[in-house]
Amino acid sequence: MTSEKILTDQMIAEIQAYFPRYPNKQAVTLPALHIVNAHLRHVPLQAVVEIAELLELHPAEVQDTLTFYGFFKQEKPHGETRAWVCRSISCALRGGEEVLAHLCETAGINPGETTPDGKLTIEAAECLGACEFAPCMLAGEDVRKDLDNAKADRFLEELGIR
Amino acid sequence: MPQFQPVLLANVHNEDSHTLRAYEAVGGYQSLRRVLKDNSPDDVVETVKNSALRGRGGAGFPCGLKWTFLPKDHPGPIYFCLNADESEPATFNNRILMEEDPHQVLEGLILSSFATKTSTAYIYLRYEYPLSLKRLQGAIDECYAAGLLGKDILGSGYSLDVFIHRGAAAYICGEETGLIESLEGKRAWPRIKPPFPAVEGVFRKPTVVNNVETVACVKHIMDRGVEWFKSIGVPPNPDNPRDAGSFGPKLYCISGHIEKPGCYEAPLGITARELIEDFGGGVWKNRKAKAAVPGGISMGFLRHDELDCPLDFNGPGKYDCLGLGTAAVTVVDDQTSMIDVLHNCCRFYAHESCGQCTPCREGTSWALRMMDRIRAGRGRLIDLELLLEIGDSIGIMPGTTICGLADGAAWPIKNVIRKWRDECEDYIKTTNPSGYMETDPVPAMDLVQLH
Repeated sequence: MTSEKILTDQMIAEIQAYFPRYPNKQAVTLPALHIVNAHLRHVPLQAVVEIAELLELHPAEVQDTLTFYGFFKQEKPHGETRAWVCRSISCALRGGEEVLAHLCETAGINPGETTPDGKLTIEAAECLGACEFAPCMLAGEDVRKDLDNAKADRFLEELGIR
Repeated sequence: MPQFQPVLLANVHNEDSHTLRAYEAVGGYQSLRRVLKDNSPDDVVETVKNSALRGRGGAGFPCGLKWTFLPKDHPGPIYFCLNADESEPATFNNRILMEEDPHQVLEGLILSSFATKTSTAYIYLRYEYPLSLKRLQGAIDECYAAGLLGKDILGSGYSLDVFIHRGAAAYICGEETGLIESLEGKRAWPRIKPPFPAVEGVFRKPTVVNNVETVACVKHIMDRGVEWFKSIGVPPNPDNPRDAGSFGPKLYCISGHIEKPGCYEAPLGITARELIEDFGGGVWKNRKAKAAVPGGISMGFLRHDELDCPLDFNGPGKYDCLGLGTAAVTVVDDQTSMIDVLHNCCRFYAHESCGQCTPCREGTSWALRMMDRIRAGRGRLIDLELLLEIGDSIGIMPGTTICGLADGAAWPIKNVIRKWRDECEDYIKTTNPSGYMETDPVPAMDLVQLH
């Protein structure tokens, strides 16, 4: 591989800080993927190669783990805000799927996609474990509670999307 | 029922309940101090075994017994994994404990780690709980600073490190061997047992995996004793020699079509109806219940006339449900279609099946495709038989899969079709009047929006 390096010194330091926690380096795979994802909002293939080098693994081993989770995007970064909208039973019974559809329609994207301005990615989520606030979504680190279309609109307005 | 005073949730509403100062103000870490001074690890194991505490994560396996499966006099290391990958739909009791009373969880974790002679504990925390991450990490940092974690805890000679390991949004990581594989940095494919984790777990070393609420109970058992714990709940059924009883307080979650959704603490054995009426304020909008999940959708469904089902480890099984599971009750009102409810369940399992075992991977995805077709007005009565064939043939119980995810996927199918057969048939006949009797093979529908 002749590609330019993607992992910065800071990312590498953050990853290496996890080494003493585990008896082997492979266990740092998920933490490393999270660290890169937190910085780049995706984990491109070149990053996988570099993570593998750090962890003394084959790139295929890291890629194998990465693709299992469906959490780490590889082609392009997710939006500045990634909103996980719950569609599991307790939210669905209280209108969660309608909120998800409304959000997607208003933002002009499908679940899993990012708005063209890169501000928002909407994801259909399975149970977020905040069922007393159903229907809910996790936007970045914030749980948005007791959603309806009006609250969904306000959320999009906050992001400057609507 | 005598007035029950919450134990696990006793302090969650206190100001700054997540801080060490607030926790110690209500007697926090006193049990740990006493145990480290006066007791051996085996004393703790014996006490927990005598309490008959059963795991709160879903399977209800006796906790003390699990600990005794660890090899004797092992040179170590032995690892402790705290299962905080709470992902069963409608379940959020662990989240409440981790967000509002993380030190209670940590005290239970340190006691349990001491009992199992562990010097490294990992908290496998699901990704979707950022506040839990913040509160737990804050609590861990406070403990290190106060000498409650790290080397030579409180001068006892016992050392323990606790690390949080974040998941990445996969339900299967809550299965204990899936969790172990994920922690090792691999895809979370559950392992064939034996060897059980107690013999060969994470990093090929003896490992204990316990749920967050389970270790919180350990703290209170060490605090208040075996007699206290066994004074709460339901004793074993004398006709069933394998029944370990259902002792202790339990956190019940209630959500869905309910007036006051929330997490409530009650003695094990409260009925679904009591939970709905006395705690949940009844079905929302003055409607009636049509169905209720007894403990996460993997457990199946109770009918409206089965709500007197006691929510202990044996109760739901008597109503053809899988078990108590996570004790998360979801109420479905009488204006909801059970076809929609079942479709939602099928979509969940098709999405979350890890893909390792063919019967589960194919069964869950075909069940979803059939449910999609039924909802699109192209269902046939024979589809109900095909769905039941899937439901009856996937899982550890029929012996076709490695882990229990498929049993959980099967139960909603079996319960909904067998308990609401008329409604299912009516739906198919009404929506597909010209084709419901067809039995010829039909093309599959594409999976829509699986990811």
